[in-house]
Amino acid sequence: MRATRTAPINKAELHWLLTAIACIVVVHAVHLPLWVTAVSFILGAYRYAIAHYDWPMPKSWQLMPVTFLLSGGVLLNYHTLLGRDASLSLMVVMLSLKLIETKNLRGYLFTVLIGFFLVSNLFLFNQSILTFTVSLPPLLLLIVCLILISSHGSPKPLSMLRLAGKLLLQSLPIMLILFVLFPRIPGPLWQMPQDANSGMTGLGDTIDFGNISKLTKNSSVAFRVQFKGSPPPQHSLYWRGPVLWHKEERVWSASSDAIGLATEKLTVAGQQYDYTITLEPHNRRWLLLLDMPTAAPKLGKLTHDFTAVATDNVRERIRYEATSYSDYTLAAHSLGEREKIMTLQLTEDENPRAIALGHSWLNLSAEDKINAALSRFRQAPYAYTLSPPRLGKDPIDAFLFDTKRGFCEHYATSFVYLMRAAGLPARIVTGYQGGEYNPNGNYYIVRQSDAHAWAEVWLQNKGWVRIDPTAAVAPERIEQGIDEAINERDQLPMMARGDYRLLHKAFLNWDSINNGWNQWVLGYDEKKQLDLLQKVTGKRLSLVEIAMWMGALTMLAAALTTWFIFWQQRAKLSPVGRLYLRYLNKLKKVGITPKEGEGALDLAKRAAEANPAAKQALLAIAECYNQTRYSAHKTVLTTLKTRIQQLKLTKQ
Amino acid sequence: MASVNPQPRKIWQRQFWFNLFRVAKTNPNSQTAHLGVRQIYILPTRWGVLYGLMLLLMLIGSINYSLSLGYFITFLLTSLGHTAMLHTWRNLVHLDMTVNAAQPVFAGGTAHIPFTMSDPKNEARNTICAQLMNEKTSICNIDAGGIAHLQLSIATATRGYLSLPRIKIFTEYPLSFFHTWAYVQSTNPVLVYPTPASQATLPAATDEKANQGASIADFGDDDFVGHKTYQVGDAPSRVNWRASSRGLGMLTKRFSGNGQSVLWLNWQDCMLLEKEARISEMTRWVIDAHEAGLSYGINVPNGTLDPSNSETHYHQALSLLALMP
Repeated sequence: MRATRTAPINKAELHWLLTAIACIVVVHAVHLPLWVTAVSFILGAYRYAIAHYDWPMPKSWQLMPVTFLLSGGVLLNYHTLLGRDASLSLMVVMLSLKLIETKNLRGYLFTVLIGFFLVSNLFLFNQSILTFTVSLPPLLLLIVCLILISSHGSPKPLSMLRLAGKLLLQSLPIMLILFVLFPRIPGPLWQMPQDANSGMTGLGDTIDFGNISKLTKNSSVAFRVQFKGSPPPQHSLYWRGPVLWHKEERVWSASSDAIGLATEKLTVAGQQYDYTITLEPHNRRWLLLLDMPTAAPKLGKLTHDFTAVATDNVRERIRYEATSYSDYTLAAHSLGEREKIMTLQLTEDENPRAIALGHSWLNLSAEDKINAALSRFRQAPYAYTLSPPRLGKDPIDAFLFDTKRGFCEHYATSFVYLMRAAGLPARIVTGYQGGEYNPNGNYYIVRQSDAHAWAEVWLQNKGWVRIDPTAAVAPERIEQGIDEAINERDQLPMMARGDYRLLHKAFLNWDSINNGWNQWVLGYDEKKQLDLLQKVTGKRLSLVEIAMWMGALTMLAAALTTWFIFWQQRAKLSPVGRLYLRYLNKLKKVGITPKEGEGALDLAKRAAEANPAAKQALLAIAECYNQTRYSAHKTVLTTLKTRIQQLKLTKQ
Repeated sequence: MASVNPQPRKIWQRQFWFNLFRVAKTNPNSQTAHLGVRQIYILPTRWGVLYGLMLLLMLIGSINYSLSLGYFITFLLTSLGHTAMLHTWRNLVHLDMTVNAAQPVFAGGTAHIPFTMSDPKNEARNTICAQLMNEKTSICNIDAGGIAHLQLSIATATRGYLSLPRIKIFTEYPLSFFHTWAYVQSTNPVLVYPTPASQATLPAATDEKANQGASIADFGDDDFVGHKTYQVGDAPSRVNWRASSRGLGMLTKRFSGNGQSVLWLNWQDCMLLEKEARISEMTRWVIDAHEAGLSYGINVPNGTLDPSNSETHYHQALSLLALMP
């Protein structure tokens, strides 16, 4: 406790503050440019030296240019001072500068409060269990700083840490109630900064050679799926993403909503699958669904070619339920004129050899065209590889006739190209194929490394039929996953590889913990909250009712915490002391209170005079109590306990 | 030198709400006050308010970005604030305060009030501060079941009984987010003696017989009347050294009492016109007479003290002056 707000802080207080701030900077280090981390450590070290060598504090006019310089550095680095990344860097720089001029209680507490805010900023970047765990030490250190600055004398570090931990633990009940019951308002309240979502990976809306194989090297989870009943076989786990119709130069892209194509007619049959997908944010609109969905999830819609899209880019983890069927026909009877033109579109003056090959199949039946292409892939020495050679001009020609080494995107695009050249309407579907079953939680993990591209061709009366040319080259890719299909395993992320069995198993366990975390901690949103409350209370609660419940339970928890904190005071009595207190209370009820300095035996004698019937019992208790002073053995305690329990006194 | 009465400070009078607070009064017998739950007040400090604003900002951020962990840390810190509030309150509640009587001081000096805080609840208390109005704060820690001795200081300005303003006991431990306080009112006033004049000439000592009242002094210095056995403290000039050298032992010469001067400090003898100046002058006389070891009596409108020279007499004389209406 400082006598005044302007009293200088001492070295111990400063050291704790520097440690706490250093800890914050370290946990943020991955989100900061290296120079910001370095500057903040240099400034921290300088502040340490000021205190250690009694150097003068820098004047504010001396700090001003440094402030401008560092802000300019941030501006140069990010080209803005707003947004998540830039503002974090700016805050870290400012906090470090603040340290340099912190000399009294006011500056100290201000720094601690900014520290708290910076810790909470951590979750803007990442909300994993790991992030959560690393956010706790700086929190604890900041609380220690507050305890230290509020204390008289110099408390021991361990006792301060213990108190900080105790305070946090005692805060858990109310925190939990607020977390569960605070009405979850679906955000955002205002526009998010653009870079709040950078670093998310996922399927793009175009295919260029190399896009998907690049994605394949990323082991992060794309989404997790839980089936209600039995899951479909591995080879039919096609997760439908954007459908690419349009070719321009090397790039295939999805058709625009704006052109207003009619929704294709779908009829479904076969096995029905109900499932729930938890989609990781990927900053695009795709909602991946199992081929073939009948309806879009609640938070999105289906496009005309049966890709589910959300109303806005997916910037946070979302959950949705869907139903798909194993057999389907899509646009079976007719293909509109515009659709036909679009799905036959080619650029005439490129890939002459591929076009010639396609043209040579013009007179074949549709099935034969497909088979011709697939058997070409099967027979010729085509290889399935993660690192295909670079393709120059006329990439499809180069791939089909020269290099013959490619990834799923090569096979899918070439196949579609050949089909179009042969006069068969065809389009590319991108998405994911397969998934890894996690038995500890009964769900599938689909990773970015499962990204895939396949083709759909339109056949009269059958509609759009899925053809996966990759299956012709590397059937094991579809049956068993990418690990089996690829020879260059070391290019795959470790999670997608089959070796390291034990490690892999540990990863699966870890992933199921992560999944639970995602479902119940991070995914706890408006809907989950309402569902949970409905389960507990049996009715749909309104926002006001939730708020009322929250208020009531918070108060209850506050009362319980209060009671607990005060109960601890009593609990500090020794077991003997507690028993004796009970005995004294019993005596008090009949109007006997111990006099000052009166021993147990004297008190018992006095009580026995008023209560002759209980004389024996009273004396026995006193004797037993005196005995415990020499030996607090358990048997003595139990005797004392039973005697006190059995003591019956009558009021005079 | 203005009025006589204990000076209530500005804050006492002007801020009416100040009187709305409950005050723990010390028991007149034991001088002890107990800080019960009803005497304790608690409010957030400016840091607590700032912390609250920060939490609000964090909550808005969490809503905006739909950050579950943002909610988590916001609610954890909110709850931490609540826990800190309970701890701050618990830190102060059920303390026993004993305010002991202060030694009298001369006006303008600082009165020191001995003050103890003890914990009857077997719970360690941290950073308990005690303050008398706007005076310097005393801080202490109290062990579980322990006792802490403090001294509170208060500046004095005018003579008379200074009834102590309420003592504010407060703490912000453990996080400085809440300020909890209680007032203790001591029933023991501090006696403030008048400020002595910087210098003054003592009135001439007068012959005992010439004055009213009886002197107990048993020796003067006029006529020799006989010897008495030497006692430690007898002036060496009065020792009959001749007798001593003859081996008659140490004898002190006794003279008749008319030479024994008794100093009477009379209100009328003070020539100053202004009353407070007179009191100051007389205070200086009392101090000088006491220090010179003279036997002095005092005669003021509100009482008379027979001549004597002792610590009690000295304080009685000063009290008489202090309490002159």
